Amino acid sequence: ITNYSVQRQHFSFPSIFIYGHTSSGKTYVMQTLLSTLQLPHVFVNCVEYFTSRLLLEEILIKLQSCSGTEQTSPVRCDSLNDFVRLFKQAVASQELQDQTLYIVLDRAEQLREMEANILPAFLRLQELTDTNVTVVLLSEIVWELFRPNTGCFEPFTIYFPDYSIGHLQKILTQNHPPEYSADFYAAYINILLGVFYMVCRDLKELRHLAALNFAKYCEPVVRGEANERDTRKLWKNIEPHLKKAMQTVYLREISSSQWERLQHDGGEPGQLKGLSAHTHVELPYYSKFLLIAAYLASYNPVRTDKRFFLKHHGKIRKTNFMKKHEKTSNHLLGPKPFPLDRLLAILYSIVDERVAPTANIFSQITSLVTLQLLSMVGQNDQLDGPRYKCTVSLDFIRAVAR
Amino acid sequence: SHLDLSEKYLEVFYECSLCLQKIQEDLNKQLLENLVGFLSRSHSDFQEKTTEWTCRMKFREIPTAALVLGVNVTDHDLTFRGLSGILQDNITPYVALLEAKDCPGIKNLMQKLMGQLMKCDIDVDSLEDEDCVQVSQNRIRCSMSSLISWYESVKKKTDSETPSKKRNSSSRHWQSPPVVVIFKDMESFTTKVLQDFIVISSQHIHELPLVLIFGIATSPMIIHRLLPHSVSSLLCIELFQSLSCKEHLSTIIDKLLLTSQFPFKVGEKVLQVLINIFLYHDFSVQNFIKGFQLCIVEHFYSQPLSVLCCQLVDTKKRACSLSHDQCENIRKLQVLSWLKRLKEETVKLLEDLHVYHENYVLILRCLHVFTSSLPKYPLGKQIRELHCACLENRVWETEEYESSLQLARMLNKTDLVTMLQQCVEILMSSSGKEFDKTSEKLKEFLTQFQNLEDMSVLSQKELQKKTDLYHLQKTLLELKESRRSKKLTKFEMLRFEVVDYIDSLVRKYLIPADDRTLHEVVYFNTASVLREHLNAAPRTALHTALNNPHWYLKNQALKCDGGGISNKAPDICIAYKLHLECGRLINLVDWLEAFSTVVMAAEEPNADAASSDQVDDTIHARFIRAISELELLGFIKPSKQKTDHVARLTWGGC
Repeated sequence: ITNYSVQRQHFSFPSIFIYGHTSSGKTYVMQTLLSTLQLPHVFVNCVEYFTSRLLLEEILIKLQSCSGTEQTSPVRCDSLNDFVRLFKQAVASQELQDQTLYIVLDRAEQLREMEANILPAFLRLQELTDTNVTVVLLSEIVWELFRPNTGCFEPFTIYFPDYSIGHLQKILTQNHPPEYSADFYAAYINILLGVFYMVCRDLKELRHLAALNFAKYCEPVVRGEANERDTRKLWKNIEPHLKKAMQTVYLREISSSQWERLQHDGGEPGQLKGLSAHTHVELPYYSKFLLIAAYLASYNPVRTDKRFFLKHHGKIRKTNFMKKHEKTSNHLLGPKPFPLDRLLAILYSIVDERVAPTANIFSQITSLVTLQLLSMVGQNDQLDGPRYKCTVSLDFIRAVAR
Repeated sequence: SHLDLSEKYLEVFYECSLCLQKIQEDLNKQLLENLVGFLSRSHSDFQEKTTEWTCRMKFREIPTAALVLGVNVTDHDLTFRGLSGILQDNITPYVALLEAKDCPGIKNLMQKLMGQLMKCDIDVDSLEDEDCVQVSQNRIRCSMSSLISWYESVKKKTDSETPSKKRNSSSRHWQSPPVVVIFKDMESFTTKVLQDFIVISSQHIHELPLVLIFGIATSPMIIHRLLPHSVSSLLCIELFQSLSCKEHLSTIIDKLLLTSQFPFKVGEKVLQVLINIFLYHDFSVQNFIKGFQLCIVEHFYSQPLSVLCCQLVDTKKRACSLSHDQCENIRKLQVLSWLKRLKEETVKLLEDLHVYHENYVLILRCLHVFTSSLPKYPLGKQIRELHCACLENRVWETEEYESSLQLARMLNKTDLVTMLQQCVEILMSSSGKEFDKTSEKLKEFLTQFQNLEDMSVLSQKELQKKTDLYHLQKTLLELKESRRSKKLTKFEMLRFEVVDYIDSLVRKYLIPADDRTLHEVVYFNTASVLREHLNAAPRTALHTALNNPHWYLKNQALKCDGGGISNKAPDICIAYKLHLECGRLINLVDWLEAFSTVVMAAEEPNADAASSDQVDDTIHARFIRAISELELLGFIKPSKQKTDHVARLTWGGC
């Protein structure tokens, strides 16, 4: 990047697109670079400013405060046209014409969701505003997914490769705690990466995990059972612990503060049930049957209803019964929509006693929809009878049916 | 007298509501305390030791409480209201409650959030600068940065106020109180909104101490389903589970029905209706309470004798002021023939009823101690089931009771002793003297059991003492002999005695309320009314209205027997009845013909003159209106298969 902007008064490339996987240092590099070189810049996160108006206004506000003048006045900027005008004004008033101004848009993939003109306009902002400005887009996805149908100015793309295991180790080791030597911490990081590298390469997450489990690693040293060099002993102590952490904390089954408390008390993680352990949902009697009926309606073909739910169904020749395409498991194909009447018919036949079609039953169906256990399909035609889909899994329905 | 009645009704009504409120506050206490603990822990860690290495290294997650509340969504409102009240009192003034229906996009969410938070601020500042906030709110940009600047400003304000007047209020809250955002119905939020919000706020967690609370109705798995790992790793989730709604209901029944505190009672059928709606349909405690309140209203509205339904101390006064008609009503219910002593007699009977109820509850609880520990629970596990069984008819005449007794005769000693102890405790807890003797008797049983134990210990010791083989063999043989001859041991005898005694108590005290005189005064028993109100069946009602208009219109002319169609019925009814006889597709021409035949039936004599193939225009118009009404009600719809046909949307016919 420095190559492209050696001299600040020169015009540089109008737009740069930087991409790379999560936490490969894109944002950090950009930020440090711009601030160490003391280049005038505006740094905006596109997720945070979710509409184009907010985004444009934020850029202008940041621009006002970016060089010297402290007071910011509220800006109104409704369209891109306004933005270009105000931008020019701002640049003029801040006396930035003679050096390149950088606008960095983090998480730029959000730009695609805004109005169609935003992304192309940012790409050629230099041309539109006739000022020395470079727009830097940071994203996790490749440029090909950005390119609008109508075509646009092609930015200069830079790829940030993933960190290798060696890189990760170096970076993680750099922030070792002051009480312990760097070598000791490096050994720890080595073990940590051995466990977690397979599942997680996110630097932030790894650093978090490292901090969480370090106290446990140090335990034998603190107790005086081992010295800092005794890697084998330390490894034996920490390895099962880290594996447990991978199954719990890393998946956020239990929270990191709970994990720390557990560590502190020396308890077994088995005592704390994770989020997934609480799968059981208690439902009212008829809701259970409704859900089961919905499941049956979603996964059984309509033709079989007569066979399954009528007492005196006709004889069906077994050989021709299953059509060829039905031989693949219905569970692989996913739930199919069914009309309300079919749901009720199945309900009546699976409940032993007579069920009156009361208002309560209907409201129960609606509440199952709000609980996301059923989902409504195409609600446009109210008179035609609504259609539903059952969204729960076989395991769930087994638990309900028990 | 109507006004009078309403006053009395309100009295009872308010008493119940007050009691309910208290129960509900107590129920969620534990949960709320845990939550408050979590919230106060959440951000204080960071405030204390920001310099430490681990804290610098650790990624700062957003503290999140996953609150599993069960599927009874209607009850959640109350919980959340209580929760935000407690939070505002103890932790932070900044609490925002978000509902999925208000937040289809991240923009709406931010708007709603900021609106609520800034309103909290106004409340705190006692509305002094309402105008300026109101104005700025319209212009304010709904972004995180403006939220942060708002937070900074209020923090500064409270800080500066601390030394002067608001000392006590700021000691309740901390220096920088967290901002709590509650998502009421997690399931209904869209994934994108939640993800965006979490990503945004995690970037600003250092400036804005945010705490999230997810209200979850189903299971906490939903968090993983809604949020990908990259987002859920920004959260520090802890799980909180509320009391299950069934336990909640049990407490309410226990405190509301199984007590002599309230004069008003519900009968077996009514209670069954209420419980069934709860268990079969909604699990909603709120609805149960509403149903109970409806019972009170209905009782005072429809039962003239409900005047006497009041606390025991007021009974005399009420009875004295009875009017002649009311006395007549009472006389109809019972065999009292002399008017003179009627009022006194009534007071006495009501007092008896009160005493009966007090005793009933105590013995019911005792019986429940036994039945709830029997295998397979022949009389039900919950006390409400036992209560229903006892109210329904004489419980000792039922098969279930018989088998319960059989099982009780097989209980082992330790169980039996603990049960007896529990019963004694229950009986001792009553203030009356009625059960002094009974508890004495039970205590006596207990001591006898104790003696038995001592004796058996003695005999065992004896057994051990007899070291010589001959004697030992002899005693063992004796033991065997006694067992073979089925001679009851002392313990077995005692056990029979205990069970028989309990049985006698049941027969004496658990008489169904219907058998008592004047039970109509306090027991509400018209379940049919309640069912109509609470468990409405719109389809059935519609069918009845159309098929048998006499049911609702009460017009003699409409009364028809058998399946005939009266031509005086409303047009839509005639059309409906005719369409019931058709298959899935209905030919409109045939239908019209049949319709006109039915309508013309009355005008038969002079009709033959004008009879032609052509249908009268008015009849045609009436027919069209009738079928369009049917279409509106969703019985038929135009069919694309045949243009002159309509399709039936209901089952039946051929």
